[in-house]
Order: sequence, then structure tokens, then C-alpha cells
Amino acid sequence: MSPKAVEHAIADRRPIEISPRVHWIGALDPDIRTFDVILKTANGTSYNAYVVRGSEGVAIVDTVKEEFADDFFARLEAVAAYDEIRAIVINHLEPDHTGALPELMQRAPQARLYISFQAQLMLKALLKRENLEFTPVDTGDRIDLGDRSLEFLHTPYLHWPDTQCTYLREEEILFSGDVFGCHFCDPRLFNDTCGDFRFSFEYYYAHIMRPFREYVLRALALIEPLPLQVIAPAHGPILRDRPTAYVGRYRELAAPRLKREIFPGEKTLLIFYISSYGNTARMAEAIYAAAQEIEGVRASLYDLTGGETNSFADLLEEADGLVLGSPTINGDAVKPIWDLLSSLTVIDMKGKLGAAFGSFGWSGEAVRMIEDRLRGLKLRVPLQGVRVKLIPTPEEIEECRQFGRALGEELMGRRANRVIDMSELLSSNA
Amino acid sequence: MAKATVTFADIGVTVTVPAGTRIIEISEKVGAGITYGCREGDCGTCIMKVVEGWDNLTEPSVLEGKVLRDNYAGKHHRLACQAQVLGGDIAVKPA
Repeated sequence: MSPKAVEHAIADRRPIEISPRVHWIGALDPDIRTFDVILKTANGTSYNAYVVRGSEGVAIVDTVKEEFADDFFARLEAVAAYDEIRAIVINHLEPDHTGALPELMQRAPQARLYISFQAQLMLKALLKRENLEFTPVDTGDRIDLGDRSLEFLHTPYLHWPDTQCTYLREEEILFSGDVFGCHFCDPRLFNDTCGDFRFSFEYYYAHIMRPFREYVLRALALIEPLPLQVIAPAHGPILRDRPTAYVGRYRELAAPRLKREIFPGEKTLLIFYISSYGNTARMAEAIYAAAQEIEGVRASLYDLTGGETNSFADLLEEADGLVLGSPTINGDAVKPIWDLLSSLTVIDMKGKLGAAFGSFGWSGEAVRMIEDRLRGLKLRVPLQGVRVKLIPTPEEIEECRQFGRALGEELMGRRANRVIDMSELLSSNA
Repeated sequence: MAKATVTFADIGVTVTVPAGTRIIEISEKVGAGITYGCREGDCGTCIMKVVEGWDNLTEPSVLEGKVLRDNYAGKHHRLACQAQVLGGDIAVKPA
């Protein structure tokens, strides 16, 4: 079909052929501008759903957002009858892909629902229906449709726990769910005929997939060995031209943004501070100097007022430890600290070393609040941060130095084994 | 009250605790690498490996057992937000 013919067919609610046995039956949503609260899209999105016809039955892969169900059913009815449907595969349970699922299950009651085993926990909460019958699947499981078959790849956390990919081996088509997708609405539908969507592809990765970088790498290990003619994602253009280039791009994107510049055996400790009268700055310098004395520690010191939050997030993705210094103003840490912390939701900080410190005027809540947020981001916070009232005394500067040394030793795994009583923990955190 | 010890093997810290303490009550305070999500036994984020003293923890509830199975947790794994100390010596680390 020519790009113009595809456009017309979509406008007429007809299915679009990807191959003689595989059709797109999704919907276009050109007007949406904000998706999932956190994502912007300059020209809408698409909800891609597919039909696969085998000699012994039909499978549906994903559905659409509920308000677009009429488009979905019209296209489906043009290419298959409901009583032919043997399998409904949902690669991702989010409502933009399951909006038409309850109705589809009513229209094709004989069809078996296949979801990833991790989707089981979410299905009931999402569809609010009791006694749902389904088959949970894992990597290696397959559905036989006669001369076509669907194989499952367990690719969790891309970007929900339930996500999976489905592979049509006979045609080398990967139904990838949100992986390799983007919010880009173009009625020409295919990557070799639609407009330039590179920005949308990268933006989608950065906001949806990047927090799950480790899971992206695990998924790539499953996907990269597969011969691929087409990648059919759940949003955005269908990738039939050079599909493996997009797999390669994911591999590049999942690598660290910044080239690792430290030596084997070294660990990096990034210290960020913000200071109104120079007191928190003096504490930062003392912590920095002392941490740097510990062998193997590569400490860096940054004034948060002098940098862009996004660049710092790139640095932190590769760092081993993060220390934040903030004064307390109106009973809170200051906004640049919270901005930096909120930017970290797009990167994986789990298990990194975290710590906080700061000078304050009279109540000094900031340090404990930052520590709590660091724990919330799944960093480990083994050392209680140093708080100093107004201008640090020489003794308090020495306390900062001890804190810096302890952080360095903790980072290098050199702190001596300790035995403590729980009552000490409770009193020190009171 | 009966005393027990919990060792966080990843950071080399041993804490003496009263029986009945949950691992979640101490692991974050000492800065161990076990991380938490929902904190109520549902999400599986805090799965930990019990490297010593399995029998010195309360038995997993039916619900905890289901979450562990759904997350393909290995042998001697528990949810740190659910496991309670009974007594004796226990050692845990992030799964």
C-alpha cells in the first residue's frame, strides 16, 4: 500500500496489512498532548493493536484506549470474525492497551487471554472483574495457531512489572509492547514513510525506559538474538525498515550517558551543596577534603546553583555515592535540592550510598528530610548526617571531616564490622 | 524480653533487637542495602536472602508466600517488611 492509501484506509477504519497474515487494527489519537501526566507529545500518539492469522485460528495482540474501541472493533471485524479468535495476548496491562479488552472478551468469549505471569497481580485491580480466566506466560511459552505461532519473552519493568514481548517467529515480527515505541501520531504508520520521529523515540526512552535501564539490558539479551523483519510496538510507527537499528539504538541508550572516567577499584562520591551564607559550603568542603583522603575515593564537589539539574542526573547515574548539603529555610530543604532529587526518578539509584548535611538557623529539619527522600529513592543511608547550627566551629568542621572519612570508608567497604543495640538506632534517629 | 541479633551481611553491621522486631524496622536505620517499595507485603521490592537463622524468623504468611512465588524468589528468601525476629542469630542480605 502507498502511504496515501494507508492514510485513507486508516481514515475509513480499515485494517492495515503488515503482511498477508498480520494486520494493524489500532487507533490514532492525534489530539493528545500530555500522556500519563509526565510525558508531552507534540503530535499525539497511536494505540497499536494487531491481528495474527494462523491456519488454526486468530490471535489479537493488545487493544486500544477505551474511547477508541469503536475504531479497533471496526478494523478487527474487517479482517477476522469474533468466533475465529483463539487467543488474546496483552503485552502490557496499562489502560491505553486494555481499554477495549473487557468488550473484546465479551464478543469473543471462547478466546483465551494470555498475559505475563507478573501481570496476574495487576489484572484484577485493573479490570475490576472477578473470575477472570487467563493463562500466565513466561519466556519460552508459545501459542500454536497452526502455521503461525506466538512466543513470549518475559521483559518485566518496561515500564510496568507486567510487560512482555510477543514474537511471531514464522514472520520474524516482534510485538514489543511499549519497548521501541514512542508517542508519535502519523497516519502513514510505518517508519519508512512517516515523518521524523527520532526525537519522540529518544524522548520516550529517556522518560519511560531509562529508569529501568537494568531491565532494558536484560530484555535486549532476549531480543537481540531474534531475526527481525518488523518491530510492531504498542505506540508510534511500526518499524519495518531496519528494525535492528532501533534495537541497536536501545543498546546505546542503555549504556551510561557519560563515559566512565575512573580507574578500576575507584568509587565516585558526588557532593552537592547549596549555601546562603557560606556555612553549608564550608561543611561541604570539609566533607569533600576528608572523603578524598580515603584511598580509592574519587570525590567531586558541586555548587547546585551553578549547574543544570539534568546534567547532574547524568553524572549521578554512574556515581557510587551521593551527598547533599542544604540549609534549612522555613523548616525545609531548599528547592534546588528537591529539584535534583525529583529528577532522579528517571535513573536507577537503588543501592547507592546516600547522605545529607547542612547548616541551619534554629530548627534544622532539612537534613533528616533529605535522608528520608534518599531512602525513598532506594539509596542506602548508613550514616546520620551532620547538622550544624549557623557558623561551624572548628570542632564542628572536624565532625564534618570525620563524616567525610566515614562516608569514604563506607563507600569503599572498609568500615569495620559493628555491633549495635537497637535502642541506639532509635535514639539516634529521634 | 528475649534478645536476638540481626546481621546485615552486606554492610557488616549486627544489631541486637528484641523478639518481635521486623527487619524493616532496623535495616534502613543502619543503611543496609535492602530497599522497600509498598512496605506492606505486596510489591516484592524488599525481597532479601536469609543467609543464617531461617528458623529464627516467623514463618511466611500465605500472602507473603504468594508474593515470593509470584516474584520467583529463591529458597531462603523473605520479604524484609514482613519477616519478624523470633530470637537467636539471623543474618540477611539484599536478594
